Amino acid sequence: MSEPRLHGNDLTLAYDERVISRELSVSIPDGSFTVIVGPNACGKSTLLRALARMLKPSAGAVHLDGRLITQYSTKEAARRLGLLPQSSIAPEGITVADLVSRGRYPHQRLFRQWSAADTEAVAEAMTSTGITDLRHRRVDELSGGQRQRVWLAMVLAQQTPILLLDEPTTFLDIAHQIEVLDLCHDLHVSHGRTLVAVLHDLNHACRYATHLIAMRDGEIVAEGAPAAIVDETLVRDVFGLACRIIDDPETGTPLVIPTAKQPVVTTS
Amino acid sequence: MSRIAVEPTDLSPTGYVLRGPGELSVRFDRRVVLMCGLLVAVLIAVFLTSLAVGDFTISPGDVVRTLFGNPPDPLADFIVNGRRLPRVLVAFLVGGALGASGAVFQSLSRNPLGSPDVIGFTSGASAGAVFVILVTGGSMLQVAGGAVVGGLATAVAVYLLAYKRGVQGFRLILVGIAAGAMLTSAVHYMLMRAELIQAASAQVWLTGSLNTRAWDHVVAVGIGVALVAPLLAVLSRPMRLIEMGDEAATGLGVNAERTRLGMLIAATVLAAIAVAAAGPIAFIALSAPHLARRLTGASGAAVGAAALMGAALLGASDLVAQWVLPTPLPVGVVTVCVGGLYLVWLLAREGRRNHV
Repeated sequence: MSEPRLHGNDLTLAYDERVISRELSVSIPDGSFTVIVGPNACGKSTLLRALARMLKPSAGAVHLDGRLITQYSTKEAARRLGLLPQSSIAPEGITVADLVSRGRYPHQRLFRQWSAADTEAVAEAMTSTGITDLRHRRVDELSGGQRQRVWLAMVLAQQTPILLLDEPTTFLDIAHQIEVLDLCHDLHVSHGRTLVAVLHDLNHACRYATHLIAMRDGEIVAEGAPAAIVDETLVRDVFGLACRIIDDPETGTPLVIPTAKQPVVTTS
Repeated sequence: MSRIAVEPTDLSPTGYVLRGPGELSVRFDRRVVLMCGLLVAVLIAVFLTSLAVGDFTISPGDVVRTLFGNPPDPLADFIVNGRRLPRVLVAFLVGGALGASGAVFQSLSRNPLGSPDVIGFTSGASAGAVFVILVTGGSMLQVAGGAVVGGLATAVAVYLLAYKRGVQGFRLILVGIAAGAMLTSAVHYMLMRAELIQAASAQVWLTGSLNTRAWDHVVAVGIGVALVAPLLAVLSRPMRLIEMGDEAATGLGVNAERTRLGMLIAATVLAAIAVAAAGPIAFIALSAPHLARRLTGASGAAVGAAALMGAALLGASDLVAQWVLPTPLPVGVVTVCVGGLYLVWLLAREGRRNHV
């Protein structure tokens, strides 16, 4: 098998003196929906930031399409790899369509600011995120769920074959979480894009991921298809949580049921 | 099919794109263009008024004739082309430079109170100029040089002190405020130790004035502004993306650190030119970008509109300073009053909005 489009070798990741990961190697299978899970502060967002060239590894290197990611101009890299950061600031008063249109920046030049392809990509991104009706609304008037879909649409308009999503479901209620994950699933299945997401909810990860990476203390503890790697031992090792694993009645994927610590009091 | 066409983009109700030959396409906002046109009209009005009004009033018709090289008499030629024209041009250029500089600093610091003062630039320039005035007596050129050196040295020092894996807006503000406070006390110290006459002339410079500005000022400021303008034009698009946060901007292919450094240099040079030519004129850099944004409804920094607004504000303020008040005053006195009122209004409005 040829080497995957995005992989990191022997990465040492650190913020100043604080080392998060040492000699970490990771490969993102092409066309997968890869989900990184792990307890808080296990280094999963740090790993994603390194893959997205937001954090320069102290040692080791990230490769994209056969070259060091640092060898691309940042604009060229942005045509191959998109990132949805954990939090971004919407400029005051900007409209939804205008914000989404900013995703086209890596495809534009100083005097080629708006092409037919730009119009098409923005329309398509707004359709697939279901925000076409909101396009003339101001972003600061929207609900949290709507706003997250707008940011996602901006990254989709970038039309990169690889998409990195840092906790795309945080701050969303359960219905909106599922909506965003279904959208990701759809992107990966029908558009053949490679997705990498950091998720908090292990059950969501098991249901949607084709490739799961479990991390603890800056190290990868296990990786593979959720059904192949998720069991009681892994959940205890990674999260320190006692649980039972059953089959998800909807999808057959592993479903984590935390063990009840004390008998539940029911009142009648 | 015509080679040049204007089409709506449907990205916002006022968004359009201008298409030319090949792939040439430029996005613009109808409201921004209209409002910039309005500002240009105001500039023309201020311009003609400035040339006509004074101890020796010249009719608008004669002003236009004089400008086109056909003066009614030699005196009109001297007054319009020799005295009033360079002064109003310096006012426009300095006001424009301050407005653009303020817009960039507000975008950089993501703070509505951002201005060249934020990185201690104005205090540094003042310290440099006052030092030259008190120590050497100082020709106008030497004082301007002292201001530029002081301002740039402060800007570089603040940038380096705030540098930590790149420069963040908030760190820049804090370091800049600290440096500004120290330099301001240095200025006070120097004024206290100085002879009265020298202290008085330093104080006049510190107010900011357009008195006796002539053609050599126009040429110097004009060249500086013309050199920086293309840099700002190239940086204005990535600059708007940086307002969304470094990670979002980098993800979209913007080199955040390099863009920020370019913005800092451009805005600092503009402020340096303005201070060298007219002294530290207050509040234009602070208020022009806000007023421009309010007028154009633009999201994020509107550098061009802020420059036009700054030019209009300073040109009009100079008219007021010269002719409306019983005694002519340095223009800095007027801008302080206008800016102070504006700041009070801004704070009251922000306070209401944040329910403080």
